[in-house]
Amino acid sequence: MLFRPLLALSLMISCALPAFAEGEADAAIKARKSQMTLYAFNLAPLGEMAKGTLAYDADVASKAATNLAALAKLDQSRLWREGTDQMSAENTRALPDIWDNMDDVMAKSLAMTGAADAMQLAAGTDLASLQAAMGALGGACGACHKLYRAPE
Amino acid sequence: MRIFAMFGGACVVGAAAGWMLTAPTFADPDLTVPAGDAARGATVFTAAGCASCHIAPGATKAEHPVLSGGQRFASDFGTFIAPNISTDAKQGIGAWSTLDLLNALRHGTSPAGQHYYPALPYATYTRMTDTDVADLRAYLATLPADATPSQPHEVGFPFNIRRALGVWKLLFLRDDWVLAEAPTPELERGRYIVEALAHCGECHTPRNGLGGLQRDRWLSGAPNPNGKGTIPDITAAGLTWSSADIVGYLTTGFTPEFDTAGGHMVAVVENMAQLPDSDRAAVAAYLKAIPKAE
Repeated sequence: MLFRPLLALSLMISCALPAFAEGEADAAIKARKSQMTLYAFNLAPLGEMAKGTLAYDADVASKAATNLAALAKLDQSRLWREGTDQMSAENTRALPDIWDNMDDVMAKSLAMTGAADAMQLAAGTDLASLQAAMGALGGACGACHKLYRAPE
Repeated sequence: MRIFAMFGGACVVGAAAGWMLTAPTFADPDLTVPAGDAARGATVFTAAGCASCHIAPGATKAEHPVLSGGQRFASDFGTFIAPNISTDAKQGIGAWSTLDLLNALRHGTSPAGQHYYPALPYATYTRMTDTDVADLRAYLATLPADATPSQPHEVGFPFNIRRALGVWKLLFLRDDWVLAEAPTPELERGRYIVEALAHCGECHTPRNGLGGLQRDRWLSGAPNPNGKGTIPDITAAGLTWSSADIVGYLTTGFTPEFDTAGGHMVAVVENMAQLPDSDRAAVAAYLKAIPKAE
């Protein structure tokens, strides 16, 4: 007689688990997009100053670069959980190659943290230093987007 | 009977003419090519983006890149695999003369007299000056040798008939400028970088059914040849970025929204970032002069 409730329970669990995982995947994808938005928001004054479309202000630049360096150091392990690639989930351009090359991804992530730290030092120094750091930072961001993000 | 003989004769003459017309062309073997300057050649090499395709898959561009080939380029016609163009005399192009390089880049013809596939963007490089080819040859000679053999392209029938590329060249290989008028030195330089070296049009211009670039829709965007996504319209009307935005993007890889370049464009930015500021400004000026596609 115990069989029925057990079956019902196991069915409930097996049906609910994917839905639960899907919700978690969706949350992780949303969160990492938010992380990217925060990067972009803090890159904006630095990039505009580098381009010459915004007057250089050491204080503004320094604050933005400090945020950027802090953001780069957030633990991202839950953001990049399994099952959140383009083949498995909606609304993401993250390629499955990320999970097949995690060592390379981590190395590139570390390089990006280094570039953000360099920017933190450079941003408040002067415009020439900021401009010089901008190229390396763009390269570090692009290194992942080159290999691990699907085209639009 | 006579009519059949005449028809047969016409066929023979037609076939002979077709065979002759599709023959690979060479530069005049007596052409005097200037002595190359390796330092200037380094800039030509960077602007032309040679390393982006010819370094090994996954390799990052070093100061002295190893051009051992092996990267795969999918297309509607098959998959092309970049060959070894390192200085290895056997597997690479170490034994080539400047004239051999000129024939490859300007005529799409190998030293053995075979047509290259236009995956090597000779439809762009055909506009390179003799001096730039000679300088590039001198620079390539300074790079390391690597004995990795080149892989055969994975191209099926009928595209594997190399001779047929002679027809492609008759139809699509033109050395006149797409932007006919370049009234300032800056526009002229921008036009030379885009149309003779950086080969932006090879991806940003749509192709017709035979793989020829649609010059009347120059730089107006195209499907990605690997089948995923689209490559954006970068004409003045299609790209809403300011000149400063374009220069900034080609310097750092950041878009005006502070996203970055992705995919193969990252390699393009790496190259463009190494050019002088004036060259990036020239490219921006050129793009701003490209009219809306018809």
